[in-house]
Amino acid sequence: MILSGAQAVVECLKKENVDTVFGYPGGVALPLYDALYNCGIHHILTRHEQGAAHAADGYARSSGRVGVCISTSGPGATNLVTGIATANIDSVPMVCITCQVTTDALGKDSFQEADITGITAPISKHNFMIHTVESLPEVMTEAFYIASTGRPGPVIVDIPKDVLVSKAEFAYPEKPQLKGYKPVYSGDESMIRTVVNVLKQAKKPVFFIGGGVMLSDMADVVLELVNKTGIPVTASMMGLASLDKKHPLHLGMLGMHGTYAANLAVTNCDLLITLGARFDDRVTGAVSKFAPNATIVQFDIDPSEINKIIPTNYCVLADLKWSLPIFTKMVSACDIKPWVDEVLLWKKEHPLRFKEDTANIKPQAVICAVDEAKANDAFVVTDVGQHQMWTAQYAHFGHPRALISSAGLGTMGYGLPAAIGAQAANPEREVWLFSGDGSIMMNCQELATAVEQNLPIKIFILNNQGLGMVRQWQRMFYGKRYSGSKHEVPTNFQLLAEAFGAKGLTVHTKEELKYAVTYAKACKGPILVNVFVEEEENVMPMVPPGTALDQIVE
Amino acid sequence: MKQQHILSVLVENSPGVLTHISSLLSRRGINISSIAASSTEEPDITRISLVVEVSDYEAWAEILNQLENLIQVTKVIEMTNESPIARELSLIKVKASPDQRAEITNVTDIFRARIVDVHPESMVIELTGESQKVDAFCDLMQRFGIIEIIRTGSVFMSRAPEAAAE
Ligand SMILES: Cc1ncc(C[n+]2csc(CCOP(=O)(O)OP(=O)(O)O)c2C)c(N)n1
Repeated sequence: MILSGAQAVVECLKKENVDTVFGYPGGVALPLYDALYNCGIHHILTRHEQGAAHAADGYARSSGRVGVCISTSGPGATNLVTGIATANIDSVPMVCITCQVTTDALGKDSFQEADITGITAPISKHNFMIHTVESLPEVMTEAFYIASTGRPGPVIVDIPKDVLVSKAEFAYPEKPQLKGYKPVYSGDESMIRTVVNVLKQAKKPVFFIGGGVMLSDMADVVLELVNKTGIPVTASMMGLASLDKKHPLHLGMLGMHGTYAANLAVTNCDLLITLGARFDDRVTGAVSKFAPNATIVQFDIDPSEINKIIPTNYCVLADLKWSLPIFTKMVSACDIKPWVDEVLLWKKEHPLRFKEDTANIKPQAVICAVDEAKANDAFVVTDVGQHQMWTAQYAHFGHPRALISSAGLGTMGYGLPAAIGAQAANPEREVWLFSGDGSIMMNCQELATAVEQNLPIKIFILNNQGLGMVRQWQRMFYGKRYSGSKHEVPTNFQLLAEAFGAKGLTVHTKEELKYAVTYAKACKGPILVNVFVEEEENVMPMVPPGTALDQIVE
Repeated sequence: MKQQHILSVLVENSPGVLTHISSLLSRRGINISSIAASSTEEPDITRISLVVEVSDYEAWAEILNQLENLIQVTKVIEMTNESPIARELSLIKVKASPDQRAEITNVTDIFRARIVDVHPESMVIELTGESQKVDAFCDLMQRFGIIEIIRTGSVFMSRAPEAAAE
């Protein structure tokens, strides 16, 4: 079969079972867009390439499949950059196809030329430029393989226009040949046995679970592991949904805005067993005082995560899919009742709480109201800021992929396009988005996409009329000097939603909130609810930056 | 205190591989003091010999892991502690008036370097050896007047009977 490069790209996408792509066309992308026309793959036209990248990311996080986005050269490609970096740091499998100026125009500052492989090298898992149409199928298989195996991540494929239009015989290679890339799967079983023995000696063990549990679909096994051993669990934001928060041993999130019980448990434990988590500084607090008395065990797929931040005593280097079932089989119930009693007392005496002591709606109350109404299999997407932390604290997650949030990069503007991606991948399930009046503005143009695709996303803006998280830091650490963090001119978000053709609601009172939640739940199309909330509320508890986790302020 | 580390990095011979390596090293604040790349006994594999300056030794093992993680990198071999055979090729163009030639030739012989080109006013000398030897030779040539120096960067081979990659 002789195909043009553009047709070959489409064939490759079909071979990889891609049903939906997110993109934005332009000059050199036109051959590819022509091949996409009526090809059977659903193309969702976003209103900004950043939206396309985050949507592909939301699609991937919600479904576990590779998300695909497409852009033209130059500005189209550079607009993807934030989305690529966001996906990279949270290990999200993505293939980003950027079209490029023709090969003979490369390197000459041609119209709409940008060196996107150079730009994305440090913020992607890998990238390729395709130089000949003959190598295209091979590179595409490699891209999907690299994106989805090992520790997943975004891969960029840059395709010059002349490659898109040249023709060649098409054959899709079965298995990619990559000399330098051999993702780890199985590991050293004797190491697991050692860890089991270490665990037998431990009096105060804690599990710390991260995004790796969800990426390897091991949440069920973690549940079994926790039930079998009776060890308390804490999680990073990426791992938070991997164990039902209602589980009695789930202590909640660790770190800066984590729970009192989680932070004290880690500080006082004698054994920390980390499952697929990296030690972000938002999690560790002062590194030198992190779990100071603990033996550190790390289960991870990525050798470069071992010893990166916290010195590891024992590591099981393998896919959790391989190591966790073996570990779970080997362990037995731990004799740690005094420790569990202590930890559960912390949990009981220091629950997350907020006071409804003002006339204004408390932002946490909005999360709780939605939490009660949402379906168990719903997705909860967030933007970045205080509302994100309150979501992590107060929402419950019915399944491991339920929480979709830019954890590692903290990208404001992530939420709406990610919600679009999640809804596109899961048309039958509810997608709720919590955003702030700051974050929503960074990609609000994607409301048009949601309306056009009739995606019934339910958006709740926790409107504190400013950049809440920034203001919290200014309040606490900069003597209330609110520099550049107030929105002096309020935006009418209800009208904004309506301008895009979405439903808009404004909420001032608790009664209105109740009504809005019920209304949103039943709404068949995208709906934006602008909730005015108490402006001065702080996210609590908080571990002040640079201090130890047990210095937590409630 | 900065420490020197010698690395032999085997990579797939494909575009962008140096970008990935140098961008990783620069992000971790590591300075590359010498680099040499060339083909190997395997057709698609290139060897990049690197001498780098590392100030945070704690991070070093971690950086090696990150290098290994790069898709196009097939193997990273640290050679620092095995005192490998080290060689660097240099071409040195010095001012050489007729009355200085004899002396220059003399020094060249002592260093077992070779004169590869002679011009009425200058000479080009080729010298192979460890970096320190090249440094010493250049110092001696200074007083005749160095016009230009080109050095390849060091390459390294282990003294063990098997290939370093094994
Ligand atoms: C793209 C980007 N720019 C800046 C920041 C820094 N930042 C973190 S939180 C925040 C405020 C967010 O405000 P808003 O979206 O209204 O949420 P709130 O904190 O009020 O809930 C800012 C500016 C960021 N995380 N991302």
